[in-house]
Amino acid sequence: MGVGIQSSRTTSSDRIRKWFSGAPVRIAVIVIALLWTLPTAGLLVSSLRPANDIKTTSWWSALAHPFEEAQWTLENYEQVLTSDGMGNAFLNSLIVTIPAVVIPITIAAFAAYAFAWLEFPGRSVLFVIVVGLMVVPLQMSLIPLLRLYTTIDLNGTFLGVWLAHTGFGLPLAIFLLFGYIATLPAEIIESAHVDGASALTTFTRLVLPLSVPVIASFAIFQFLWVWNDLLVALVFLGTRADVAVVTSRLSALVGERGEAWHVLTAGAFITMLVPLIVFFALQRYFVRGLTAGSVKG
Amino acid sequence: MEASAPSPQQPQRSNWATLVAGPLRVAVALIVPVVTFLLLRWSFQFMRDADANKLLVAIVALVIGVGAVWLLYVASDALVSLLPDSIRESVRPFVFVGPALAILGVYLVYPLVLTIWLSFFDARSETFIGLDNYFSVFTSDDMLLALRNNVLWIVFVTSAVVGFGLVIAVMVDRIGRWEPFAKSTIFLPMAISAVGASVIWKFIYSFQPVQLPQIGLFNAIYTALGGDPQGWLIIKPWNNFFLMFIMVWILTGFAMVVLSAAIKGVPGELLEAARMDGASEVRIFFGIIIPSIRTTLITIATTVLIMVLKVFDIVFVMTSGQHETEVIANRMFREMFTFRNFGRSSALAVILLLAVVPVMIYNVRSFQESRK
Repeated sequence: MGVGIQSSRTTSSDRIRKWFSGAPVRIAVIVIALLWTLPTAGLLVSSLRPANDIKTTSWWSALAHPFEEAQWTLENYEQVLTSDGMGNAFLNSLIVTIPAVVIPITIAAFAAYAFAWLEFPGRSVLFVIVVGLMVVPLQMSLIPLLRLYTTIDLNGTFLGVWLAHTGFGLPLAIFLLFGYIATLPAEIIESAHVDGASALTTFTRLVLPLSVPVIASFAIFQFLWVWNDLLVALVFLGTRADVAVVTSRLSALVGERGEAWHVLTAGAFITMLVPLIVFFALQRYFVRGLTAGSVKG
Repeated sequence: MEASAPSPQQPQRSNWATLVAGPLRVAVALIVPVVTFLLLRWSFQFMRDADANKLLVAIVALVIGVGAVWLLYVASDALVSLLPDSIRESVRPFVFVGPALAILGVYLVYPLVLTIWLSFFDARSETFIGLDNYFSVFTSDDMLLALRNNVLWIVFVTSAVVGFGLVIAVMVDRIGRWEPFAKSTIFLPMAISAVGASVIWKFIYSFQPVQLPQIGLFNAIYTALGGDPQGWLIIKPWNNFFLMFIMVWILTGFAMVVLSAAIKGVPGELLEAARMDGASEVRIFFGIIIPSIRTTLITIATTVLIMVLKVFDIVFVMTSGQHETEVIANRMFREMFTFRNFGRSSALAVILLLAVVPVMIYNVRSFQESRK
């Protein structure tokens, strides 16, 4: 028993010593974490202050007396959502993003299954091409597609931008899904076949349900990619109010209302809202998806 | 790629079957994309004429974009089942893989070839001018500036992101239960769009005349230290670095999360043994941790490098390339829309492509090796 007390005492004093020796590191990390949050916090605080206050006093001075009700307002959000067109842009972003996530996943899943479990001539070569296309900068596609879209009258349409995001997202989607689907146990797939299941049934009943984790990771990656994208939206949708998405609307606001910080801060926060919710709700998938998807062209 | 496919016994194929299979494969590959496209297009035109509201458009889009795509796969699979035994199973895989190949062809392969081709033509793609576009890229002053800035971005942002990411990953590993929280806050900017991040930082860099209180964090600190307020975004060439900070802020968390996972994978016995031998923490870091995570470090560095190479949004929003902050991707955009010079714009895209070719080769090689 004495031995027990003795050893437990050393561990606890060890722990205390460890805690103190770890203190500088801990403080450093806290400082870094605060520094990293500060820019976003400043934006959020500012977006809730009256237009005139933002222009004349700093946002951190408002934090000195946080309970003065007169210094907080939701007016900026009201204005930016209505008269500055952010509400409409938010809707457009949803319209662009959801099909631009679902369509490539469907098409990629079928293709990944074929690459992994069906035999056809040219299979290896075609897959190597897919791997190569993954890092091709999408800038390479802009001019030819813009011309193609002009001739078939697809510029400035949601359809055009969905298909563009589908095309640009496919190589990565196929690659990720293939990596997962190819490692499913061969016995399961074979036994389905022995039972007389067709390729299509095997795919829909067996492969697809088993691939939910990888599909979720890719879906989150693609969702954020499309939602946060500016370039593809500018090129294929443009900045016309009826089709502009949140990013292109916000970037237009920066040009139109350069110093109107009450509009810009509220507008920026609206563009960030959905990604932040996704981030906090699905953090694990989010990190996995981003890590896997970071090689995209 | 040698996954054992559970395909049934291939029936003996006659000559005509081989002849017919090719066109059938192409036809089957095109059914899904072409019919979906026409369906969507037709319903959109219909809704535009009928002046339908946005929500309806979105719902129709989803129903067709998801439902119709799915049904078409099923339908073309059923169609293939009607084919004679001799060719059925050699056509079927193309029901699955064909649509993806068709879309990749239209959206990536065909544009890739055409862009390279167009880069040898003049502004309006009418006259062949050989390498003139490339000569002008490497001789004109403002193009050279864009190239210089891109090199600066690549060197500075990549090393800062990997460096900070690594240091923070090592530190975060030692703070116990606060680790997930610290990681989240540093990773968070990765969720924000570059446009949103640019607005955040534009506010930080904002500038007020001397007598007024500064509302931008940078000028507030700078004036508190006794300086005069500065327009940070117009000080050449340092404004480039103020733009780069934004990307470092966005990407550090990403590098940190990936590197932290790699560091946790370093075997504990190895570290214990080194500590027993009296090795200092610094020596352990350089002698054991760095070599063990070398591959991850290289992957992260290349990934960040590719992202930085194509930087567009930040420059477009912050300065649109003014005050000597131009970069290749932004210049390419301006050549395309402002100057309407498709030749030079294509040449710039090709330069971006050439820069990633080594990564492409590396990816293909390592993929092929992993398959052996």
